[in-house]
Amino acid sequence: MRIKRSSWAIPYGIFLILFVALPLLLIALYAFQDRSGAFTLQNFVKFFNTPEDLHTFVYSIEIALITTVLCLLFGYPAAWILANARLNRSAVTVILFILPMWINMLVRTLATVALFDFMKLPLGEGALIFGMVYNFLPFMIYPIYNTLHKMDGSYAEAAQDLGASPATVFTKVTLPLSMPGVWSGILMVFMPTISTFAVAELITLNKVKLFGTTIQENINNGMWNYGAALALIMLVIIAVTSTFTDEEDKRADEKGGLI
Amino acid sequence: MKKFLAQAYIWLLLIILYAPIVIIAIFSFTEAKVLGNWTGFSLRLYGNLLSGGVSSALVRAIFNTLSIGILAAIFSTILGSIAAIGIFNMKGRARKAITLLNDVPMLNPDIITGVSLFILFVAVGVTQGYITVVLAHVAFCTPYVVLSVMPKLRQMNPNTYEAALDLGATPGQALRKVIIPQIRPGMVSGFILAFTLSIDDFAVTLFTKGNQGLDTLSTYIYADARKGGLTPELRPLMTIIFLVVLLLLIVINLRSAKGKPKKIQRI
Repeated sequence: MRIKRSSWAIPYGIFLILFVALPLLLIALYAFQDRSGAFTLQNFVKFFNTPEDLHTFVYSIEIALITTVLCLLFGYPAAWILANARLNRSAVTVILFILPMWINMLVRTLATVALFDFMKLPLGEGALIFGMVYNFLPFMIYPIYNTLHKMDGSYAEAAQDLGASPATVFTKVTLPLSMPGVWSGILMVFMPTISTFAVAELITLNKVKLFGTTIQENINNGMWNYGAALALIMLVIIAVTSTFTDEEDKRADEKGGLI
Repeated sequence: MKKFLAQAYIWLLLIILYAPIVIIAIFSFTEAKVLGNWTGFSLRLYGNLLSGGVSSALVRAIFNTLSIGILAAIFSTILGSIAAIGIFNMKGRARKAITLLNDVPMLNPDIITGVSLFILFVAVGVTQGYITVVLAHVAFCTPYVVLSVMPKLRQMNPNTYEAALDLGATPGQALRKVIIPQIRPGMVSGFILAFTLSIDDFAVTLFTKGNQGLDTLSTYIYADARKGGLTPELRPLMTIIFLVVLLLLIVINLRSAKGKPKKIQRI
């Protein structure tokens, strides 16, 4: 008898259930349990009644937003120039921007510390934001560069031929068409920034803490249920952001299709 | 003028992006404790990496990083390739479900993957260490293997496998002689990707490495930097890591550029 080849997926299916689905369910389960395993909402009540954790949470979102906006502000022009054949002919510069994505995050983080040490600048909030932008800028440039690079140049040319000024061409044609890249860039910067840990303490020498660290500290100190509740809160934020950007991405795609 | 401004902007960003690495590399050749002080050229920091108390822990961390990376890459390549063949032949809801589940580890932030696996190992009551780290790495690497093998399956002529069976090959022979040769490029790139992801990982390893003193390069650097910021011994280490990554990328790029038309080669 021939074994159906679709059954070859069964081992991996079991593996996924054991090591992907079950662990996530366990986070949800632990979040609603106390130490003895009884159902409780205490972990979430505790979160809202612990000003330090609540503050860290809000602060992390702020830092992630600031980082994302700065990466977009610096990254978009860079991606645009890199993709523009008249302004940049060298493929080396593109590779130089992508290369840091392959370097370990901790190494990149410590590189920021080195720069600030070298310039005798204080390692505080400024260093943190610089470090975050430094870490994630390539992740913004790359997707935007990709969409701009693949974009059919004749749209912009047509607009120009029809009398649009360079500014109009950009706002009416280039920018809308590059929105899918922008949204995936935002996703690729915001998500890791909000969920990062270790980066903030290393840059600020333990002066500033982000939400990821709060989760890690609780897990490390044996507060598994509270840690799981915090992880679940982060998971919700991430799910919301990714659905939101996903929808915007689709909308941008549709709009692009209309032109 | 416009071109000049554009180039100036690009190079300014690149200088900022690379300045820290250059600074670290330069100051790895001096002994000064404080970065920025130059106390003369010296190779002592490099020497320290190879000898004394630093070395044994560091060498063990490097060995762990590489061996975990290789094991994770082997297991996820086998698991992922077989799974890809299976998923490719699936239909309907089951296929949708497994594809969705396959996406989860790629979308999940590292910290969530780490915490969730930590809780799993705690709930099951496993002592965490080398094996749990390998398992965790297989969990987040395999989806990438599946995604690398899938396009190769799509390019394959589906009848060749059936033909092999009709001509009397056992399913095992048909797999070895027909399917694997055709999906091998996808398996190789999946293997390389899995290995890279594994040696680069920090967060998942930190959560699943337990407290038996197991360290990979990432967690070693983390522990060291937590104690004293950017300690002098990290400078030569980071310089070497950067050079190795650079070398690897050049090799991979040259390899993939081979046999492609000139135009693509530039990118």
